[in-house]
Amino acid sequence: MTDNKSAIKIADPMIPETVKVKKIFWETEDVFTMELVHEGDERKEFRFKPGQFNMLYAFGVGESAISISSDSSKKTSLLHTIHKVGYVTNELSKLKRGDILGLRGPFGTSWPLEDAKGKDICIIVGGIGLAPLRPAIYHILKHRKHYGKITLYYGARTPRDILYTVELETWKKKYDIQLEVTVDRADSSWRGHIGVVTALMNYVKLLPEKTRAMVCGPEIMMKYAVDELIKHGMDEKEIFVSLERNMKCALGFCGHCQYGPSFVCKDGPVFSFSKVTDIFEIKEL
Amino acid sequence: MEDLSGILKNHPFMKDLDENYLKQLTGCASNVVYPEDEVMFKEGDKAEKFYLIRSGKVALEINGRDKGNLRILTVGPGQILGWSWIVSPYKWHFEAHALEEVRAIALDGECLRNKCEDDPKLGYEMLKRFSHILEQRLQSTRMQLLDVFKRV
Repeated sequence: MTDNKSAIKIADPMIPETVKVKKIFWETEDVFTMELVHEGDERKEFRFKPGQFNMLYAFGVGESAISISSDSSKKTSLLHTIHKVGYVTNELSKLKRGDILGLRGPFGTSWPLEDAKGKDICIIVGGIGLAPLRPAIYHILKHRKHYGKITLYYGARTPRDILYTVELETWKKKYDIQLEVTVDRADSSWRGHIGVVTALMNYVKLLPEKTRAMVCGPEIMMKYAVDELIKHGMDEKEIFVSLERNMKCALGFCGHCQYGPSFVCKDGPVFSFSKVTDIFEIKEL
Repeated sequence: MEDLSGILKNHPFMKDLDENYLKQLTGCASNVVYPEDEVMFKEGDKAEKFYLIRSGKVALEINGRDKGNLRILTVGPGQILGWSWIVSPYKWHFEAHALEEVRAIALDGECLRNKCEDDPKLGYEMLKRFSHILEQRLQSTRMQLLDVFKRV
C-alpha cells in the first residue's frame, strides 16, 4: 500500500526543465556558445561534474546531447558550446537572448580529476572536443597546486576554427600550462604549428609513470592520440577518452548509444581506455 | 662548447646510432642558423642537404598556383627537415620558411649518399630511419586529407 504522505517526490528524468538563454555568441563560423539560466529563478543553481552532458531540447524539433563547457564552480548559469551540424543544433543556433528551451541532465560520467592529484596532466583535444574538457581545465587551474605539469595539445581545422582564443592565451600566460595548438591547414599569416595534433607530442617530454591523459575529439583522432600515448609508455588505465554516440534517453534504457557491453550515456561518455581497448577500433560499434 | 658529433648524437633522429656511423655523418655535417622569415629552400631547387632541427620552427609551403602558397606542415626541434636528398632526382618538392630563428645541423646530401654507397649497412640504416619519417608524414597527410574537423 502506498503511503502518499511519506512518498519521496522524484523528478522524472525524461521530463525536461525549462531554461532561458541569457547569452548566445559565435565562437567560430559554425560553433556557438549559449549561456543558460533557470527560467523564473536565475539564482537557482545547476550542478554538474566536468565531462558530463545535458540533453538540450529545441521545442518541436528534438533533443541533442551536448557537453557542458562551463566552470562547474559557477553554479547559477551553464555554458554549452555547440557545433551547428544537424536539425536540433541548427534550431538551437537560432535562439536569442530570453528564448526558452528544454534541458534534461546532467548525465554521464566525468573526467577523473580527484585521483589525478599529484600527477602530470596531458590533455589532447581536436575540434569541438575542447568544449567537454574546458570544465576539467577550469577545475585543474583552480586547484593548480594539486597537479604537476599540465600540457594541452589542441588541433583545429584552420586558425579561424580555434575555439576560446582569448581564454587559451590567458591559460598560457597566467597559469603554468604548456599549450600547443596546431591546425590542419593555414595561409602564410599563421605562425603556429601545422599538422596533426599527435605530431605536437614531439615537443614535450612526457613522464608516462606520473601522467594522466584525457582525450576528446573525432574518434579517428583519438585513436592516433591514444596510440601515441601508449608509444610514449603510458598505461591504458591512465588514458581517458570521451565518446560520442546517438544518445536519446540518456538513461541507458533505449539502447541507441549501446557501445559493446556499455551505454555511452550512462557508462560514459568518459571511459578509461582500458575499458574500451578491445572495442575501440571496431568501426561498426 | 659541444662539438658537432655531440649535437648529432643527442638529436632524436640519431638515437642509438652506432658510434662509427655517427663519426661518418659528422664528416658531412655543418652547423647552420637561419634568421626568422628566411627562405631555407625553394620548390624545384636542388636538394643538397637535409636538416636536423635543434631550435625554431620551419613551415613547408606548396605552391597551389591559383590558390597561392599553402602551408601544409611545420617542423620543429627534434624533427627532420627534408628527405629529397635521398630520392632521385634530388629536388625539393616544397618551399621552407623559417618562422622563427632556426638552428639546425645541415647534412650534405651528396656526401652522405657517397658514404651510403660505400657502406650499404650505413645506407640501410639511413633508409630505415627516413622510411619511418616518410611513413609518419604520409599518415599525417592522410589524416589531414580526412578533414576530421570539417564544417558541415
